[in-house]
Amino acid sequence: MKHSVRVKSLSKTFPSGKRALDDVSLKIEPGEMVALIGASGSGKSTLIRHIAGLITCDEGSGEVLVNGSLMQQAGKLAPDARNIRRQTAVIFQQFNLVGRLSVLTNVLTGRLGKLPWLQGTFGLFPHEDQLDAYRALVRVGIGETARQRASTLSGGQQQRAAIARALVQGASILLADEPIASLDPASARRVMETLTDVNRSDGLTVLVSLHQVEYARRFCARTVAMREGRIVYDGPSRKLTNQKLKEIYGSASEELILPDAADLVDEGKRRKRDTRAA
Amino acid sequence: MSAMNPVIDQLPPAPFRDRFGGWITGAVIFALLAWSFWPAEIYRAPYLITDAGNMAKYASGFFNPEFKDWKYYFWDLVVTVQIAVWGTFLAVVFGIPFALLSSSNIAPQWVVQPVRRLMDAFRSINDLVWAVLFVVAVGLGPFAGVLAIAVNTTGIIAKLFSEAVEAIDSRPVEGIRATGATPFQEIIFAVIPQVMPLWVSYTLYRFESNVRGATVLGIVGAGGIGQSLFELIRGFYYAETAALMLMVIVTVAIVDIISQQLRKVLV
Repeated sequence: MKHSVRVKSLSKTFPSGKRALDDVSLKIEPGEMVALIGASGSGKSTLIRHIAGLITCDEGSGEVLVNGSLMQQAGKLAPDARNIRRQTAVIFQQFNLVGRLSVLTNVLTGRLGKLPWLQGTFGLFPHEDQLDAYRALVRVGIGETARQRASTLSGGQQQRAAIARALVQGASILLADEPIASLDPASARRVMETLTDVNRSDGLTVLVSLHQVEYARRFCARTVAMREGRIVYDGPSRKLTNQKLKEIYGSASEELILPDAADLVDEGKRRKRDTRAA
Repeated sequence: MSAMNPVIDQLPPAPFRDRFGGWITGAVIFALLAWSFWPAEIYRAPYLITDAGNMAKYASGFFNPEFKDWKYYFWDLVVTVQIAVWGTFLAVVFGIPFALLSSSNIAPQWVVQPVRRLMDAFRSINDLVWAVLFVVAVGLGPFAGVLAIAVNTTGIIAKLFSEAVEAIDSRPVEGIRATGATPFQEIIFAVIPQVMPLWVSYTLYRFESNVRGATVLGIVGAGGIGQSLFELIRGFYYAETAALMLMVIVTVAIVDIISQQLRKVLV
C-alpha cells in the first residue's frame, strides 16, 4: 500500500548554519491522524513545509513522497511539484488568508490548482465550485461569514476558513502547521474538533504540529515527537506520558505541558467520574 | 535583601546613535546648506526687501484678472486634464508589469536590477524634457504630452508600486501557493489584493501631479494650457495671466476633490 506521506532521511541546514532537520524519516498511512510535537525550533514547521513542497532540503539529502509521488528529492522539487501540492492542503499558524478578499473567495482559491489556468487567474470560479466552497464554510460552522472580508474574522474563524479552503482543494492529506498556537483555548478546541471531523468523516490523512502534548493525547492516536531536528519518539500518544516527556526533553519538557490545558484534563477526569457513576 | 534589590543609581549606557546621532545629522544638514549657499545665490535674498517696489508693481498686475477669453482657455484646460488622464492610464498599464519585475520578492535579482535602472532612467528625466523629445518624434500637440507623462510616470509608478509589493506579508502568498496555484495566480490572489489600496492612492496622487505637470507641457508645444500661459507671460499680459493661473488653481483643486472622493470609495 502507498503511504500518504513518506519521508526518507531528510536533512535541512539553514543558511545561518542551523541544522533544522537531521536525517528525518517518517511514514504516515492513509487515514491516520498524527500529532507532531516538540519545543519551538525543534523542526516541526520545517518538516511540514518540506512535505508540502514549500521549501527544499539539503542537496543530496533525502526525499519526500506524497501518495507515492515524488515531491522533492536531494534538494530539488519534483518537476510536477505544483500538481502534487494539490494533494496536500496546508493550514498555517497565522492562517495565511488574504485579508482583503472575501472569505468565500479565500476558500475558492483552494480550487486554483484544478481550474484551467486562465479561468483560475481571472477568478471565474464555476457556480458549482462556489456552492462547494459555501458548503465547506457551513460545514466548519462559519457559513454566515462567506461574504465578509477575511480580515474581519476572529482567529478561530480564520483558521476554520483555512480548513474550508483545504476541504475545497480536495486534498487527501491535510498538513496543519501549529494551527492552534495563536488561538484561545475555546477556539483551539473547535479547530482541533474540526480537524478530527475532517479526518474521520472525509478520511483525510492529518499531520498536525502542536506545541502542547495535551492536545496530541486528546485528539491524535499517534504522536511523533521531535527534538533538535530529530524524531525522538514515534508511537501511541497515550504512551507519551509526562514522565516519558521528561526523559526525552529534560527540563525543556515543561514547555510542552500546557498549564492552561487544565480544562482538557478536568474534562477527562469528569468523564471518568461520569463512567464510574454510571 | 540588598542582593535581591540592588541600589540602582546609573542608567545602562546609551548607544552611540542615541548620544550623537542628532548632532551628526544636524552637522550634515548645515554643511549641505553652507555648500549650496553661494551657488544658489541665496545671498541675494535681501533684494526681496530692497526691491520690494518692483515686486509690488509686478504683483499689482495680477490683482485685476481679465477673464474675457475664459471660454478659449477653458477648453485648453480640459485638454490639459485629458492629457493627464491618458498619460496616467498608460503609466499604470506599463508600470504594473515593470513594478512586479522590479520587486525583489517576486522577480530574480538579475531581472530586478536592470529593470530598476531602466525605471530610474524613465523617472530621472523630467516630463518636460521627454515632451521636447516626443515633439520631435510625433510632432507638436497633446499626443507628445501624453507620451511624455506616460514615460516619466511609468518610472515613478514602477518604483512606488514595487515598494508596496516588497512590503507585503508573504504568508498569504504561501497559503495560495500551497493550494497548487501557479506563480501568476499567487500574484493575482495574494499580492494584488494586499497592495491594491496603496496602488490606488499612488495612482490618484500621480494623476493630480500629472494635471499640474501637464499645465507646463504646452511651453514646448506638447499641448494643453501651457502654450497660452507662456505666451501671455512673455507678452506682459499680466491680467490675463492672472486669470489663467486662477483657472489652473481651480482645476487642480477640483481634480484633488474628485480624487479624494474616489479614494474613499475605492480603498
